[in-house]
Amino acid sequence: MNTIFKIHGGIHPDEEKQLSNPGTVLDAGLPPSLILPLSQHIGKPSSLCVAPGDYVLGGQLLAEADGMVSVPLHAPTSGTVVAIEPMPVPHPSAMNNLCLELECDGEDRWIEYAGCEDWRVETPDTLISCIRAAGVAGMGGAGFPTAVKLMARDRLPLQTLIINGTECEPYITADDTLMQVDAAGIVEGAQILAHILGVEEILLAVEDNKPAALDAMQKAAKARGGDCNVMTFPTKYPSGGEKQLIEILTGKQVPTGGLPADLGIVCQNPGTAVAARDAVCFGKPLTDRIVTLTGRALARPGNYRARLGTPIEHLLTVAGFDPSQNQRLIHGGPMMGFALESSAVPIIKTTNCILVPTEQELPTPPDAQACIRCGLCAEACPASLLPQQLYWYARAKDQEQLERHHLADCIECGACSWVCPSHIPLVQYYRAAKGMIKESKTEKIRSDRSRDRFEARQERLERETLAREAQRAARRAAAEQKAAAGGADDPVAAAIARAKAKKDSASDESANS
Amino acid sequence: MLTLLQSYPLFAALIALLGLGLGFGAVLGYASVRFRTEGNPLVDQINQLLPQTQCGQCGHPGCKPYATAIAEGGAINKCPPGGQETIDALADLLDVEPQALDAEHGEEKEPNVAYIREDECIGCTKCIQACPVDAILGAAKLMHTVIADECTGCDLCVEPCPVDCIDMLPRKGGIEHWRWDLPEPNENKSSIIATDRAAA
Amino acid sequence: MSFLRITSPHGHSPLDTAQVMQAVLLATLPGIAVLTWFFGPGTLLNIVFGGVLALALEAIALRLRDRDPQRQLKDYSVLVTSTLLCIALPPYAPWWLIATGILSAVILGKHVFGGLGYNPFNPAMVGYVVLLISFPLQMSSWQAPRGLGEIPGVTESLTALFVPASYDGVTMATPLDLLRQNKGLLLDDLFSSTPQFGQWAGVGWEWVNIAFLAGGVWLIYRGIFTWHAPLAMLITLGLCAAIGFDSGSSESGGSPLFHWLSGATMFGAFFIITDPVSGATSNRGRLIFGALVGVLLYLIRVAGNYPDALAFAVLILNFAAPFIDQYTQPVTYGHKPTKEDDE
Repeated sequence: MNTIFKIHGGIHPDEEKQLSNPGTVLDAGLPPSLILPLSQHIGKPSSLCVAPGDYVLGGQLLAEADGMVSVPLHAPTSGTVVAIEPMPVPHPSAMNNLCLELECDGEDRWIEYAGCEDWRVETPDTLISCIRAAGVAGMGGAGFPTAVKLMARDRLPLQTLIINGTECEPYITADDTLMQVDAAGIVEGAQILAHILGVEEILLAVEDNKPAALDAMQKAAKARGGDCNVMTFPTKYPSGGEKQLIEILTGKQVPTGGLPADLGIVCQNPGTAVAARDAVCFGKPLTDRIVTLTGRALARPGNYRARLGTPIEHLLTVAGFDPSQNQRLIHGGPMMGFALESSAVPIIKTTNCILVPTEQELPTPPDAQACIRCGLCAEACPASLLPQQLYWYARAKDQEQLERHHLADCIECGACSWVCPSHIPLVQYYRAAKGMIKESKTEKIRSDRSRDRFEARQERLERETLAREAQRAARRAAAEQKAAAGGADDPVAAAIARAKAKKDSASDESANS
Repeated sequence: MLTLLQSYPLFAALIALLGLGLGFGAVLGYASVRFRTEGNPLVDQINQLLPQTQCGQCGHPGCKPYATAIAEGGAINKCPPGGQETIDALADLLDVEPQALDAEHGEEKEPNVAYIREDECIGCTKCIQACPVDAILGAAKLMHTVIADECTGCDLCVEPCPVDCIDMLPRKGGIEHWRWDLPEPNENKSSIIATDRAAA
Repeated sequence: MSFLRITSPHGHSPLDTAQVMQAVLLATLPGIAVLTWFFGPGTLLNIVFGGVLALALEAIALRLRDRDPQRQLKDYSVLVTSTLLCIALPPYAPWWLIATGILSAVILGKHVFGGLGYNPFNPAMVGYVVLLISFPLQMSSWQAPRGLGEIPGVTESLTALFVPASYDGVTMATPLDLLRQNKGLLLDDLFSSTPQFGQWAGVGWEWVNIAFLAGGVWLIYRGIFTWHAPLAMLITLGLCAAIGFDSGSSESGGSPLFHWLSGATMFGAFFIITDPVSGATSNRGRLIFGALVGVLLYLIRVAGNYPDALAFAVLILNFAAPFIDQYTQPVTYGHKPTKEDDE
């Protein structure tokens, strides 16, 4: 067994994992209609290939990838496309975005699909295009197109694939459940991904608070044989952060601004591994996922297999939601998830958890008090930042100092806010400051370009004026030369005569009219 | 010589001062030749801070001319697209007190982008001539269009259009432009001391 | 239905500022108890009187600054300041001395800078230094410890507090004073010839220090603050004392043990320099901060003019804290190829 390394900081919040009974998958049923946002991933939104009124079968392509960093979208069941318009989507802004509404016909008829007979003989490019065609995007939360991540093989030498089954956030048990019910699928998916990446080493990382999942994974790894190495390490939040996990498993740090691939490592979520397996072996597109529905405001919390686009309202009804005790609906976990304003929004490819806590369970935070510089945040920070300094600079909007204190390396895990005795919403400060810096950088690029264009135009106008003037001068010189050559003709007299003639003809004209 | 200086300390002091003066003068003179900067660095620095919309709302035909005017002592609060942020940055650069935006030149508003309703365009090229950054594409009698990425939202094309087919739409409406706001500083909702609030 | 939109994280650790402050108050109890045992109820009365006054002043200051006293008084921070100041003041001090100290600490030390979290100096030490410079006589008259002088009762203490100059207790030079004034006696002779010296340091003082040490260790165990600053301070103080010990000659600066258990050493190490607001913020910074306090403490004790040196050492280092912070930024993840965890 490999060595386990320590990471800086981290916290130990109450895990609350048993609440959602990991290891059992329940069926979320088929809602009357599905809402499918065209942007469920990082990158460009998918571009539509159906129109309102079209009847589609399950698995049929609804929207195709638009460019390299994009993924296609498939119908999760059969039915009619009834609307394509902006609708509320799961996003912290609570804004609307373009969605496709699919009215389910309840028959759940599917297209035929087929996968590769034996992936071991296929080329990586074929397999990548299978995964791409199936619309697979990272299912751990970020939603980065998996095919694009796999293309790192073309640029960098890779050695290791990490399957990140850490799931360090409290409450969430979707990966835990998947590891228990489909360990074989995860291992096979991992082997497919490793085959694509051309790596020898596969590390399956599981935190030690999931003994059942760990056991299942070890058995599956042994049963399938090969190069899978199941690793376990002490529970701590946020060990599951990609960068943190890499340090725990390898002792190496991903360089700032870089990618794990720079260290020869690629990380994937277990859900993504299974989706990749389904795409390669069966040709099945990604149209459903396991979602943890949890929180004490639910009568039947658990892990539900739900179709993408299922409105959260529907899921809450299935899980027995009691609205009297709750005022918060969280997409994701309690540490990094964002609060939704409306339960009309659907689940998407990245939805691993819907948390509906009671007020008693996760109380509304009290007003922030003054920072007493206690330094608990700096001890908790897994990126070894100085959160309180960043807080002061974010308040002062001091971009220079924010960058000097490496704001960009903040992973927004929320450990600092969690420990802050003054209840300061630190992470929101960092998010706002990051947005501010990003915006002013793009503005700077814009304004530089505008300046260049403006100056180029000024130059052009000047050049044109000069050219015109030169032309006029040349004409005059030619005229003068001609006049001089023509003899004693006085150009002034000639001009007067011309003007006179013109006037005469004008007066003639006016007389005529 | 030494004894002479010792007996007349005044001379010694004079010679020393003269020597120092000559020495430093030579160093400064050399430095001014050796490290001479081309152009007017202050105007360029100011121009860096201006938003480059080239809208002329300040009364100058573009950002560079306004930067030159500021460098010559002009008011720093005439730029509505830059808003308070630009004024503060200019005040910081020039070490003067930041002022409020001069309302005479317009109000600070969200950046826009021009949009030509293309079926109404008659192809008169007037907007093309007005555009300070060459962001409108088209030819006489042919429909025009705006290169949205290059448009600075300066409004200069709106006025010349004879058929009024240009709309100014907000540039940052969509979900992809959304960003988190700083939290309300509720630990001190008012200003530092009670009287500040009365003044504000 | 519409739900609340609150930023993540949605959970929170059970510890909040008020609890931190309460824990600090609780941890002073053993020290206060021992002080009361050796020097009578004077300190206790100081703390009660000072606490009431400080709460009132804080409320007024908050009101003047247009803050909500109801909410901000609940953070207990002013009680910590006043309690720490009153522990440092001599027992049986007149009321005006305490009032001046509290006023300086709360108003001058804290609110003029913008209140809790914004004060560059430790407020309790600001109050203490104002008094030390303005009223050196009153500040240096320490009651003789139990066994060497009569311990006044509660009524006597109350009169001492409220009717100035009425109380004529037995005061004695403290062991630190005696050591500084020592000319000619070997250290062992000084210890045996003077009743104020106990087993390791001063009578009473050694136990006071041990009690504060116990309180401090409990705070570290609770995770209220880290061990870095106190340990660094005690180590450098011990080192300096060892260097200046001069094998107990008449020129000796005193043994490490003597310094550890004298005056405000433990109180300072665990309750004053651990003040997060005015101290260094990273653990490496705290090590440096504590170490420098230790050095200064020894130097001012041995070569300075005042009975105890802690307040000056702390205030001087408060100046330096932002500077220390600047140069002890931890290495951020991903900024060096390989890196040990920072402390």
